[in-house]
Amino acid sequence: MAEDDANADYILNVSNLTVEISNQLILNNLNFKIKRGITLAVVGPNAAGKTTLFRALLNLVPYSGKIEWIGKVKIGYVPQILSVRDMPISVGEFLSFKNDSEADIKAVLASVGLSAETADKGLAALSGGQMRRVLIAWAIVDKPDVLLFDEPTSGVDLDSEEAIYGMLRSLTVKNGITLMLISHDLHIVREYSDYALALNKCLVFFGESKEVMKPETQRLIYGEPICREYGDIHA
Amino acid sequence: MLETLVFSGVVAAAVGVSAGYLGSIMVLEKMALVGDALSHVALPGLALGILFGFNPLLGGFVFLFVSAVLIWYLGRVTKLSFETLVGATFTLSLAIGILLFPNLDALEEALFGDITAVGLTEALVAVLISAVVIGLTRLIYRKIVLGLISEELATSKGINVARINLLYLLLVSLTVAVGIQITGTLLVGFLVVTPAAAAKIVSTHLSRYYTLSAVFGLVSAVAGILLASFFNVVPGPMVVIVGIIIFVVALIVRWRRKIGS
Repeated sequence: MAEDDANADYILNVSNLTVEISNQLILNNLNFKIKRGITLAVVGPNAAGKTTLFRALLNLVPYSGKIEWIGKVKIGYVPQILSVRDMPISVGEFLSFKNDSEADIKAVLASVGLSAETADKGLAALSGGQMRRVLIAWAIVDKPDVLLFDEPTSGVDLDSEEAIYGMLRSLTVKNGITLMLISHDLHIVREYSDYALALNKCLVFFGESKEVMKPETQRLIYGEPICREYGDIHA
Repeated sequence: MLETLVFSGVVAAAVGVSAGYLGSIMVLEKMALVGDALSHVALPGLALGILFGFNPLLGGFVFLFVSAVLIWYLGRVTKLSFETLVGATFTLSLAIGILLFPNLDALEEALFGDITAVGLTEALVAVLISAVVIGLTRLIYRKIVLGLISEELATSKGINVARINLLYLLLVSLTVAVGIQITGTLLVGFLVVTPAAAAKIVSTHLSRYYTLSAVFGLVSAVAGILLASFFNVVPGPMVVIVGIIIFVVALIVRWRRKIGS
C-alpha cells in the first residue's frame, strides 16, 4: 500500500534496462523514474542510445531489465522519420489513421494553429513548418497519456522551431500529457522542458533542465561517460 | 465468338479492378518492378500444367504462391530487399519456363494471353477471386499504408507488418495468376503497376488514388480486350497500349493543373 502511494505520482519506472543489438551494447543498465505530467528531454551525443531508449519503451526492440508503465497508459509516438512526403494522402486522411472523428480532427488542427480546410490539403503540398504542426496534431489527436516525440523540429528553420516547441509545451500541459522528447538543442531543452535525462550508452545526467546550460553539466553530457546508477525526480 | 468476348470482358474487368487496387499499394511501396517481375515466376507452372495435362493457371498460381512465400521468408532471414530476391527468382523462373514449354505456340499464349480460351467457369472464378482479393486488401490497406509511413509506428500499434506483407504478396500472386489469361505473363505486371502510377500522378487523396487506380485498371483491361478482338490480335499488347494512353493523359492533366495554379 505504502509502495502504491509512493508510485502514484510516477508514470514510468525503468530498472536495469540494457539493450544489445547484434552483440553491440546500445544501452547499459539504465535506472530512472518519471513523474506524471512532466516534460522530459532526452539528450546526448550522436549514437548515445536516445532513439533506442524510445524504441525499448515502446517494446520495439528486445531488452533486458524492467520497463513499468504505472497505471493504464496510452502511449503516443512520433518517430523522427515519417515517409509521407511522396504519398497521395490528405492531412485529414493521415490524421484519421489515429482518430476517425471529423470533429476531433478539426479541433486538433485548430489547436495547432491550422485551419479546418487544411484537412483537405495533400501532405506533399505542406511547408516544413506546417508539416511539423500536422505531426503535433497527429501526436495528440488520439489523446495519449504519454507522448514520445523524436526530434520534434527536425528539418524546421530556427524561427519556427521555438514556436513549435512552445505550442507542443502548452498543448501537453493543457491536456495533462507526459511528454518525452529527444532534442540536440540544449537551449530548447532549458526553455521547454522540466527535466533532462542525458544518455551516453548509460545514464550520465538526470536533473532539472535549467542545469543543462552549466559547463559542468555539459561536461557530463558530452565528455567521457561517467555512468550514474540511478535517476529520480523528487521535485 | 460474342460469348467468348463477353466472358473475356468479365475476366478483364475483374482482373483490371483487383490488379489496379492492389497495384496502388505496390506503387506506394516503390515495388513496381516487383509486381512486374513476379508475374514471370508463373511460367514454369504454366508449362508443367500443359506438359502434364492439368489446368496451367493452377500450376502458375502454385509457383507464384510458393515463390511469394519463399521471397518473403528469405527477405526476413537475409534482410535483402524484395527487389533483389524477386530479380533473382524471376530470371530463374523465366529460364526454366522457356526450357519446359513443349512448343512455341503454347509459349506465346503464356507470354501474351489468349482470350479464346476463356469460358463461363473462368469468368466465374475470376470474379470470385477478385472479390476475395479486393475484400481482403480493403481489410489490410490502412495497416499497410501505416507501415509504409513508419514501420515502427505500425508495430507500436500492434500491427504485424511482416505477416500483412505476406498476405499482400499472396493476394498479388492470386491476381497475377488470374490476369495471365488476359495479358499473359509478360504483360500482367503492367496491370498491377501502370494504372496505379497514372492514378498517383493526379491524386492528392488516398481514397481518390486507390479508386482511380482500380478504375484505370478496369478501363485498360476491358478496352484492351475489346480492341484486341476488333483488330484480331493478342490481347496483352492492346491492354498495355490503352493503359499507356491513360498514363499519358494523367501526365497532361497534371501538367495543365500546374500551369493553372
